[in-house]
Amino acid sequence: MAEKKKSTEKEKMTVVLFSGAVDKALAAGILATTGASMGMDVSMFFTFWGLNILKKNEGSPGGKGIMKKMLNWMNRGGSKRLKLSKFHMFGMGTAMMKKFMKESHIPSIEEFIQMAKNMGVKLVPCSTSCGVMGLEEGGFREEVGSLAGAAFFLNEARQSKVTLFI
Amino acid sequence: MKADQTLDCVGLYCPMPIVKTAEKFKELKAGEVLEIIADDKGIKYDIPAWAQATGNEYLGMEESGGEIRVYVKKTKK
Repeated sequence: MAEKKKSTEKEKMTVVLFSGAVDKALAAGILATTGASMGMDVSMFFTFWGLNILKKNEGSPGGKGIMKKMLNWMNRGGSKRLKLSKFHMFGMGTAMMKKFMKESHIPSIEEFIQMAKNMGVKLVPCSTSCGVMGLEEGGFREEVGSLAGAAFFLNEARQSKVTLFI
Repeated sequence: MKADQTLDCVGLYCPMPIVKTAEKFKELKAGEVLEIIADDKGIKYDIPAWAQATGNEYLGMEESGGEIRVYVKKTKK
């Protein structure tokens, strides 16, 4: 996180993922990995519901105190549990869309996270959202970097040619 | 058109042909030409855009029977 600017001046791209819906996460994943493929230095910020994408798929979702633990059990998250923003239909719509995506050889959110990490995309959870929901760094997947706040995001966005809020 | 290497992306949608092209380009030497075969129509605009963004040379494309062959030359290391 405290990384200095590299000497090779790459163009920067920043993506904010506010949503925890699988369709929006897919759009963010496609754009981030394409940006990295186009030679851009990509940072992804995950805030509010977007944090669900980075939560571990297994184990306790964590949370400080009973109320926050309950919140995190109900809002469980994890790349494999995300729902569509529309047409979820008690899981049937999401299952159908996942099937169609698989048939079209579109990578899953799980695969997009790993691809992004391998391409050097930085995955940054928003520290304020983590604080509000009682989440700690240990509750996130291993690909995730350390938490950061709005100033860090804006400083990245300030230097970016492309900034998206999804 | 003659190519040094071929990348088969038939059946793949955006962003996979671009991700795979970028990966493949790491193996290529400067001056070599890559042929990308795809059937997703987006490739017609995506590869020229990718080449422009990365500073490589887009040479052209051939289309026949739903199959699109795109040629890009690696211009730098």
